Amino acid sequence: MARSKSQGPAGTASSRIGLTLFWIYVLLYGGFIGLVLFRPDLLSRRPFGGVNLAIAYGMGLIAGAFVLAIIYMAACRVVERPGPPRT
Amino acid sequence: MLYESSPVAIAIFAAFVLSVIGLSFYLGRKGQSAQGYYAAHGEIHWFVNGIAFAGDYLSAASFLGICGMIAFNGYDGFLYSIGFLAGWIVALFVIAEPIKALGKFTFADALDSRFNSRGIKLAVAISTLVVSIFYLIPQMVGAGDLIVPLLGLPHTAGVILVGVAVTMIVVTAGMVSTTWVQFIKGSLLVLFCGILAAMILNRGLVVGSGPAANLTPQVRTVTRDGTVLIDGVRQSKDHDLRPVGTLMALPERYAGKNATGPLRPLEYLSVLEDSTIVTWSSAKHTDDAGTHTTFTPVERKGSDLLKPGGYFRGLTTGKLADRLDFASLMLALFCGTASLPHILIRYYTVKDAAAARKSTVVGIAAIGAFYVLTLYLGLGAMTSGALDPTSTNMAAPLLAKSFSTTLFAIISAIAFTTVLGTVSGLIMAGSGAVAHDLVENVCGIPLTDHEKVRCGKIAAVGLGIIAMVLGVLFHSFNVSFLVGWAFNIAASANLPALVMLLFWPRTTKQGIVAAVTVGMVSSLAWILLSADTFEKVYGWSRETSIVPFSQPGLVTIPLGFLVLIVVSLLTPPPTAVRRHG
Repeated sequence: MARSKSQGPAGTASSRIGLTLFWIYVLLYGGFIGLVLFRPDLLSRRPFGGVNLAIAYGMGLIAGAFVLAIIYMAACRVVERPGPPRT
Repeated sequence: MLYESSPVAIAIFAAFVLSVIGLSFYLGRKGQSAQGYYAAHGEIHWFVNGIAFAGDYLSAASFLGICGMIAFNGYDGFLYSIGFLAGWIVALFVIAEPIKALGKFTFADALDSRFNSRGIKLAVAISTLVVSIFYLIPQMVGAGDLIVPLLGLPHTAGVILVGVAVTMIVVTAGMVSTTWVQFIKGSLLVLFCGILAAMILNRGLVVGSGPAANLTPQVRTVTRDGTVLIDGVRQSKDHDLRPVGTLMALPERYAGKNATGPLRPLEYLSVLEDSTIVTWSSAKHTDDAGTHTTFTPVERKGSDLLKPGGYFRGLTTGKLADRLDFASLMLALFCGTASLPHILIRYYTVKDAAAARKSTVVGIAAIGAFYVLTLYLGLGAMTSGALDPTSTNMAAPLLAKSFSTTLFAIISAIAFTTVLGTVSGLIMAGSGAVAHDLVENVCGIPLTDHEKVRCGKIAAVGLGIIAMVLGVLFHSFNVSFLVGWAFNIAASANLPALVMLLFWPRTTKQGIVAAVTVGMVSSLAWILLSADTFEKVYGWSRETSIVPFSQPGLVTIPLGFLVLIVVSLLTPPPTAVRRHG
């Protein structure tokens, strides 16, 4: 992994991508906890017909973690790809 | 009888346990050097390490505890699944690559990478031991619970069996055998939970008709002399508690039918939500004759069971302290995963940071799939007519028993290997903390490579004995509940120091020592003074507890950050220390 010593382990391009995705997930997770704490009535509703919001949101958080992990892998592969040789 | 051991069950169980122990002896030669014993030479393939993450992480709490909690209380058990999985986001996006770059054998290596401080090594080694021991308790409790129905042996025998087996696994080949045991366990766990979930969906929902459909309350009495009575008659093979957990009525669209037939995954949840289910409440009272526990059927709508509030009752009462308690738990689950020493040391077993990242993604896939399955396993158990009203931890194996005795044996054996995998990881983390951090680095006793391995093995034996004793002492607890404590302590003691070391250059060694110490002591003290501990450990009234809610994370995690910042600002910056040192 190309990085300077002064950047430290948290200063790489991949870590910046990771932090961005981390905060996206924090918003999703925080939103869920907020609903459970303050508007549990909404979680009983069935916005998508079949299952209620509690189950849909919960499963969405689990699936979302995997989706973000895949995005992170792909993004890291791009930023860590060696550039063209200098002429 | 809810439990009756069978020769098939014993044979399958014995084959599982002997296989993993045999594998450990086979791999023994690979763990002779310190690098091999503690970090498997950093040669584990990322995919194997990813599944081993699942094997390490999916403990008795995940398998036995969550399934039981969903089976008895509905949706709230799934909240644990969500929180446990969410914690991996912190591990992947924040911790994985830096920890691989900073450490060598133990978590203390990483935190001390910039400072070479004995204080950091001491504080982190102690926190590793405390977290590992708190995490060991529920695993051993789960092992004991499994042995009762599987082999017909007492709870204590299960605890001793798992303690001996795990100690052998760790002592033979350290991280190499631990990794492969966890890989096998992780693969089998996800695979067979998938099979069990498919069988649940194929069976669909069936209105109860067996003994579980008898809705008369049951009373279990333990007399002063220890005799167990069921409804006033001495407990025997032919007279025991009836199994519970049944479906009372299907939705109107199934009028005239008593079974739905096979259902698709989301359809299963939606039909269950419109059904009527009988769950069981329990109430305990003591008089001159002994302690009586009355199990009473409660008819409930599926829609009430599939929303929050079944276990976390405070979410429906509106009391602020109860809501804070819940928020605190979910914060600890989110922050705790990336602070667990036995998870963190797994990053040292792969060759580089990219492999650490890839293995975490594989781990998230396997662990996420498992947690989705827990919902089906728990709800399947809830309506299986096979639950033991006295044990939430046995829901998943008893669900398997409702299909066949062989499946019960396989699931129980997998659950037992689940315990083996996690406990071996915990004992590895603990033995590294003792040998590498405490003996060599803190006490300054120079150890040769061979001595370091031998010291780790002796520590592993000691930790195995401690685990066995605690497993017996805490046998009546729900294992998910106990794991919540471990997550709180790990998140409070370790996460602030780790995150600030990575993202705040002004962090000093004094700040790290203070944050780890304050986080660990404050979270531990909070737990010991909480209402849950007062009631379930000391047997005192909840109302006499000192702290306002039971889960400490909401207070002690921010406290760890605050202490680190304040102490770091009050002490010389690390560059100055390095310049003079």
